[in-house]
Amino acid sequence: MSWEVVTDLLGLLNYWVVIILMMAGFYVVIAQDNLVKKIVGLNIFQVSVFVFYISMGKVSDGTAPILEEGIEVYSNPLPHVLILTAIVVGVATTALALALVVRINHSYGSIEEDEIQVIEHDEEEIA
Amino acid sequence: MTEKTLLIVVSKILIPLILLFALYVQFHGDFGPGGGFQAGVIFAVAFILYALIFGIRTARKVIPSAVTRTMLALGVLIYGGTGVATMLMGGEYLDYNVLADTVKGGQHIGIFIVEFGVGLTVSSAMITIFYTFSGHVNAELPFRKGDKP
Amino acid sequence: MAATAYYLTRLRNLFAVVMLSGVYSLFAAALYMVLDAVDVAFTEAAVGAGISTVLMLGTLSMTTDKEKVRKKPPLTALILVFMTGGVLVYGTFDMPRYGDPNAPIHQHVANRFIERSGEEVGPPNIVTSVLASYRGYDTLGETAVVFTAAVGVLIIIGRSKDRSMPNAKAVRRREEDDDITHEPSAKEKEDASS
Repeated sequence: MSWEVVTDLLGLLNYWVVIILMMAGFYVVIAQDNLVKKIVGLNIFQVSVFVFYISMGKVSDGTAPILEEGIEVYSNPLPHVLILTAIVVGVATTALALALVVRINHSYGSIEEDEIQVIEHDEEEIA
Repeated sequence: MTEKTLLIVVSKILIPLILLFALYVQFHGDFGPGGGFQAGVIFAVAFILYALIFGIRTARKVIPSAVTRTMLALGVLIYGGTGVATMLMGGEYLDYNVLADTVKGGQHIGIFIVEFGVGLTVSSAMITIFYTFSGHVNAELPFRKGDKP
Repeated sequence: MAATAYYLTRLRNLFAVVMLSGVYSLFAAALYMVLDAVDVAFTEAAVGAGISTVLMLGTLSMTTDKEKVRKKPPLTALILVFMTGGVLVYGTFDMPRYGDPNAPIHQHVANRFIERSGEEVGPPNIVTSVLASYRGYDTLGETAVVFTAAVGVLIIIGRSKDRSMPNAKAVRRREEDDDITHEPSAKEKEDASS
């Protein structure tokens, strides 16, 4: 493999890091039964999307998008705006999810998904 | 108890600085990095630190949850109200140019007010959420199990 | 950062998981800083490493900090994850390279923001002018979402402190469990003796 191909593929490294993080989050969300851990997994997934956006906005030799004399190249400010608001909205929705978990724990006495399903099944049989 | 004393002393020094920094981030966001979202979060962090060290009950005396709930709605109202105000002054919704004689002046006032609304909502939302969560755990100490590393 | 994510998937102790997710957030903030997104790094450091960790610890102290031990590893999930990851990696070969100034994302509206926001809006920080002025509607929506989320939290768990019993069903179940595992209650002893 020639050197050009290797450097060309290195330009895709940021996407691969994002994919690794995203799949880690995805795995936690679908494979774990614990609800708090599922929310942590969703957070990992979320951060990977943020990194994806921000790395798309980066321009080589660019600087932070704050206007200043003598600077020509800025990174793209648009993804920054989108992700900035997404982070704060993300923590607010995470808080909502955690509130739901607390409520589930009040009602079922468990935060494990399979246990909750067993309890629900039992209740259906009684009723 | 010595650790607790240390925490109290350090946090008493830190909390005013955090609040000051939050205000700087809020009102200096036009020129450097910062803005309503960041400032709101940092502002809330100061109160959360206070509540963690001195207990929820003391924190509720400093800033009652009724106040944070009012601020929560007020922030969104300020933001939306700015839009209505620009409409009343002859512009379109959230068109800041009509707020002052010059375009830059109008935009500056508009961004200032809107960012203030955002900061108000975000900080009070975070404090409200924290109060709600910690109100369930224990009235004096925020964490029972979590404080042991 | 990837190592942190890996340990997050493996750990059983939820307290450690929450702490690690704070560390993960801090790494992400450092990464944003390297990628020129100072505003975002700022927010992530305050939100991810600060508030969400505190909220998760609060949740753990109300529920439990130990995860149940599983019997078998979920192989199907692992296969599914690797397949999805493979497809996504295949998709990246058509993506613009990292830092490429000719990437499509830099060709449309962003140039106008960078070139004209100084005259049209004023503030030197382009992120602020886009956030509050060009995309004012969007930010109004985001603020409303934060507001709604806070109201939602209040509705879901804000009031249950006033009720002495959180849920009659759960309490009953807990009492039944107690009867099975612990000593019989005084009433039952009386019944047994009589």
